Amino acid sequence: MSEVWTILAEPFQYAFMTRALIAVVLVGIVCAVLGAFVILRGMAFMGDALSHAILPGVAAGYLVHGGARGPLFWWALGAAILSAFGIGAISRGSRLREDTAIGIIFAGMFALGIALVSLSKSYAVEVTHILFGNVLSVSASDLWRIGVFGTIALAFVGLLYKELLVLTFDPVLAKTLRLPVRFLHYLLLILLAIAVVLALQTVGVALVIALLVTPAATAALLTRRLPALMLGASILAALAGVLGLYLSYYLSIAPGPAIVLVATAFFLIVLLFRPHGSHSSGA
Amino acid sequence: MTSGSEIEPFLFRHAQHEPDSDAVCIKDPTIRYGNRVAVNSITLTVPTGERLAIVGPNGAGKTTLFKAISGMIEPSEGKVSIFGFPPRRHACIAYLVQRRAIDWNFPVTVYDVVMMGRIRKIGFFRKSRAKDRKIVEDCLEMVGLTALARRQIGELSGGQQQRMFIARALAQEAEVMLLDEPLNGLDNRTQHELIHLLEELSDRNVTILVATHDLDLAAAHFDRILLLNHKLIACGPPSEVFRPALLTATFGHHARTIETQEGLIVVNNDACVPEPPNE
Repeated sequence: MSEVWTILAEPFQYAFMTRALIAVVLVGIVCAVLGAFVILRGMAFMGDALSHAILPGVAAGYLVHGGARGPLFWWALGAAILSAFGIGAISRGSRLREDTAIGIIFAGMFALGIALVSLSKSYAVEVTHILFGNVLSVSASDLWRIGVFGTIALAFVGLLYKELLVLTFDPVLAKTLRLPVRFLHYLLLILLAIAVVLALQTVGVALVIALLVTPAATAALLTRRLPALMLGASILAALAGVLGLYLSYYLSIAPGPAIVLVATAFFLIVLLFRPHGSHSSGA
Repeated sequence: MTSGSEIEPFLFRHAQHEPDSDAVCIKDPTIRYGNRVAVNSITLTVPTGERLAIVGPNGAGKTTLFKAISGMIEPSEGKVSIFGFPPRRHACIAYLVQRRAIDWNFPVTVYDVVMMGRIRKIGFFRKSRAKDRKIVEDCLEMVGLTALARRQIGELSGGQQQRMFIARALAQEAEVMLLDEPLNGLDNRTQHELIHLLEELSDRNVTILVATHDLDLAAAHFDRILLLNHKLIACGPPSEVFRPALLTATFGHHARTIETQEGLIVVNNDACVPEPPNE
């Protein structure tokens, strides 16, 4: 028994591991709750695009402010929000489908980001950290930022829950009830942008989409109401974060991919062994 | 998807209904998708409590007309008014989309869906009150779904799904209900149950517009029938509009009529692609 305890406790004698643990749990929960809307509205491609689109913001932040994390957050968030509105403007202003507009902005922003990063001397290291996260370097002030903005994002979901539910389930009802449909859509995108930027440090831009869709999709296999789906997804995401960190510590794998692999394993296990009679849901 | 201006009122104020105004008043609206005119030359008033069937082939503009009446799109010319005001000033118009437009795996229960009709009345940032829950329960009772309230919506049969949306419209306190092909894919008995429910709603002064392919049901159960093919072909009681020339103008040669001693029989061969029954 004491051996098990040693194995469980050992990583957290290091303060950076404890901070990493808190970060992955908080970020996992925020992404899981917003991920419920992502899978139900079929926005996976949009989520992936927003996460990649923050790269030029991060790179520009590096070039302007050096490594300081505070300003970096705002640069990244700005790039994501700009991309969200850019996608909306292109798909409305032309006859292109929304996913085409997403593809254009996604690739363009990502290329701009890589181009900017390549101006820096420590190109390879920085790109790796941005793409796959660097959760072991989370500082106390990073944790505060994750806590504050994660709470803000979840508070908006809580306050506008029933409106967002109607928008997601039946946009025609949302319109005939005269809800501010476009405002709610962009609000959801901004909340998604916040989640994606917070996840930048834990799993990196390339894998954020896994935190958005995988826990939510896993929970969708097991539940039949949206609040339960959100709760289940949050628990799965937090658990995947914790187990991923252990894997990373004992097997020396990069933590971001380790977390995503655990979340994926959860999904496959549930898919294969889910109780008889439960239904699949969403996209 | 839509032409015309987007309508996104933030501080929504519900229009007072003009006393003695007709529920729906349509004055020659023109609705275009790009350069193509989807609907024009329709002038029509629907008095409060009437049941009107809108009949026409696929692509005749039935859904477009519903979008204009519900205020989702605005006609570029002409006018649509509901109780004397533009549709966007009302939250009392319920638009029940075709069942196949809904994700039936969505993680909500029947109760949750009916409660959605209340959210405008509950208001932003608020939770449902006891009054709202009572209304939802009453609406479920009226359509006979009380026992199924906790079911996930995919577990319902086609007829039950349609009744759930009617309960939601009732919870919304809708005074105008637009039903897009509600009878599609339902068996005979279920169709008649649904029509009976619509008749009860008329008795409560709800104005009902139903888009349908089914000429026989329209003739048997609706006050008036509107024949639509991008424009109004005819509108009146079944006996007036079921004439060979008018039906040919509506359906082309897809509908044939046969004169018999008991009256006119309509043979509606392939005006629609039938959906498999969902019972």
